[in-house]
Amino acid sequence: MTVFIIRRILQSLLVVAVMTVLVFAGVYAIGNPIEILISQDATEAERVAAIARLGLDKSLPEQYLAFLGNLLQGDLGRSFVFGEPALQLVLDRFPATMELAICAMLLSIIIGVPLGLYAGLKPNSLAGRSIMTGSIFGFSLPNFWQGLMLIMVFAVILQWLPAGGRGERGVFLGIESSFFSWDGLSHLILPAINLALFKTSLVIRLTRASVRETINLDYVKFARAKGLKPRRVIGLHVLKNIMIPLVTIIGLEFGSVIAFAVVTETVFAWPGMGKLIIDSIFQLDRPVIVAYLIVIVFLFITINLVVDILYAVLDPRVRLSDQKA
Amino acid sequence: MWKSVSVATVAMGLVLGGSAQAEDIVIAVASEVTAMDPHYHNTGNNNQIVGVIYDRLLHQDSNQQLGPGLAVEWGPIADDVWEFKLREGVTFHDGSAFTAEDVVFSYERVPNVPNSPSSFAVYTAGIAEIIVVDDYTMQFRTNGPYPLLPIDLSTVQIVSSEMADATTEDYNAGPASVGTGPYRFVSYTPGESIVLEANPDYWGGAPEFDTVTYRPISSDAARVAALLAGDVDLIANVPTSDIATLEDNPDVVLSQGVSNRVIYLHVDSRRVYSPYVTDNDGNEIFNPLQDVNVRRAISMAIDRDTIVEEVMEGIAIPAGQVLPEGFFGVSENLEVLEYDPDGARALLAEAGYPDGFRLTIHGPNDRYINDEQIAQAIAQMLTRVGITTEVETMPRSVYFGRATGDENGSEFSLMLVGWGSGTGEASSPLRALLHTRDDETGLGRTNRGRFSSAPFDATLQLALNTVDDELRADLLARATEIAMREVGLIPTHFQVNTWGSRAGLSYIPRTDEYTRPTNLVIE
Repeated sequence: MTVFIIRRILQSLLVVAVMTVLVFAGVYAIGNPIEILISQDATEAERVAAIARLGLDKSLPEQYLAFLGNLLQGDLGRSFVFGEPALQLVLDRFPATMELAICAMLLSIIIGVPLGLYAGLKPNSLAGRSIMTGSIFGFSLPNFWQGLMLIMVFAVILQWLPAGGRGERGVFLGIESSFFSWDGLSHLILPAINLALFKTSLVIRLTRASVRETINLDYVKFARAKGLKPRRVIGLHVLKNIMIPLVTIIGLEFGSVIAFAVVTETVFAWPGMGKLIIDSIFQLDRPVIVAYLIVIVFLFITINLVVDILYAVLDPRVRLSDQKA
Repeated sequence: MWKSVSVATVAMGLVLGGSAQAEDIVIAVASEVTAMDPHYHNTGNNNQIVGVIYDRLLHQDSNQQLGPGLAVEWGPIADDVWEFKLREGVTFHDGSAFTAEDVVFSYERVPNVPNSPSSFAVYTAGIAEIIVVDDYTMQFRTNGPYPLLPIDLSTVQIVSSEMADATTEDYNAGPASVGTGPYRFVSYTPGESIVLEANPDYWGGAPEFDTVTYRPISSDAARVAALLAGDVDLIANVPTSDIATLEDNPDVVLSQGVSNRVIYLHVDSRRVYSPYVTDNDGNEIFNPLQDVNVRRAISMAIDRDTIVEEVMEGIAIPAGQVLPEGFFGVSENLEVLEYDPDGARALLAEAGYPDGFRLTIHGPNDRYINDEQIAQAIAQMLTRVGITTEVETMPRSVYFGRATGDENGSEFSLMLVGWGSGTGEASSPLRALLHTRDDETGLGRTNRGRFSSAPFDATLQLALNTVDDELRADLLARATEIAMREVGLIPTHFQVNTWGSRAGLSYIPRTDEYTRPTNLVIE
């Protein structure tokens, strides 16, 4: 297991190295942030000084080497725009995005698994078919439009929930979070639903497919034949065996929910990392873009690691050290 | 100074009665601030907000006319010495008294803010020496005549000298954010909110609202939805496509006003070959844009009324010069050039291009109101008179760097750009956009077309060295007339900004496009 984890970490370092090269070359190719940063009244001398201060007068390889040197000392550089350490900026916005992602993921599991289970057990019933048809909407509605519709219906017309922004945070066990205050939760509901809809559809479809497959296997038939209550057959024998594909997908999707909350965060003015990365890309704030991507790469790798370990817990046949990952 | 107002404060929509006292208001703006340090970054997003926490020596009113701020009297006492009498009895939010020492401290801090992406040093650089006569009298000795000193100083916020070692982080966190302005700093959460509270001791009278919260909502549709949902009381940058529906909504009040921003075309008028100009078969030709008649033909071929009516949905004003009427230094002799496609064809033929040529117009697609559509409309209009024009638009992060180009000039031949006059008078666009580019003096720094005219330069130089206001206004107008006659750039329209507020409130539009609680009034 230790070997497995070490190998994973080495892999991740390689991914980070490749990613930084790509981002550096990419942002360099897009253009020079200086035109957006400096005021229109600035003099040429000021412009030249600003370029030099940001190190943009050096060649691309020189800039990259300087970045690598600082990286080895744990310094990801300062944001061109905010003047603050880039990593700190990203991490400051991390909790807001995590709140949103956790809430969305929980919603999709709480809604998706039971619905998928039902649709799998009673595939020909009206309700079962309606669930499957409904899940197609979840897949096909554009996230941006769907978010605006949620705002129009629940915030503008019904006026039940706020249209956007992050509410007050409550404090519980020393942790400050939107989960612990009513105002915070009310701000969280709409963006979380918007983010969850696609994932819910995915969970429904996956659960249904797994249930359909499992339900006809011999051990389920045997359990039924033994005269076990349907509840126990489903709750223990079926559900436990469909967990492996579900955990894989939920794990991977959790990463993508965090990384791609960008649209939802923009529509709902949610002050998370996605909003920061979009603004940073518009302003070519390279240190923040790099810091964000490094955080995301490590996040994906951690999640995958957790998923692999969960496999071993759920399915004793899996031995991590045996995997040539 | 708004002499003949074409579009001034036009409050539209039905205002329902019952003016419930609004104590706490929330304002949604399109962009975030980059810091709460008033000297960190010279950008409109920051200035509009720090400008209510701090005061300047002089204030620009809603129409950018100068008035007293922390200084009550000012004027030149010699050609190169200005004297300012400061307001007495003003206190900072922490209770300390405001004196000349704070002004000195602020101006000395301006060029030395670490990591500042764009400092305010350009506005204080012309001061050779600051002389403190007494606590409430100061003199500024300048490098030669400097008629723009009062205007330039109206952009620099005065901070407390007790915050001697304060860093930008200290301003962001709060302890250093101490000004003399109408609202006090309460909190700043990046990307989320800025909360201010009333300063009841403000020298200009206690402000209208108890607390003010700024929230950045970058998505246009989401910003409008937040207003409709009642989450916010005032929004900036109402998109033109939503204006018609909002006008019919009794719960919303729209306020519109012309801005100091002209949208114009810069034309590559210097180079012998221009990168995006070819003949009709795609072969390189001598740059026809060097010819003033070709530039004028392009200007005549643009139907400004159609751009305003169709593309801007009526929310803009056709332009014939670089600032709308009413501003200091604007020419009264210049009319908006009439749409004349036949005249344009005749001019082209006369210039030796009876069959026209090929051209590409470049523009941003996320910077100005409806910028991409404007570029497309102009391309069609030019194609109609024989100049086959293609359109290429791109995000501003790519566009402006390429439009500025390098020492060889812009990467483009014809480009759509805008310029807001921060000083609220004509010298700002004339200096930056039309004077021959000169890196030493900084004149013509944004002259992307490299227009160069000796009579224009001479007239503008004279204006910049004239302290007498009336004479200077006249010289600036003359310079504008020369530039327009030689078609140094092609103005299309002035932007009109729209604010939306909930019923019971209305906004007094600002030409500098700032969104401030001090301009929000209870009906």
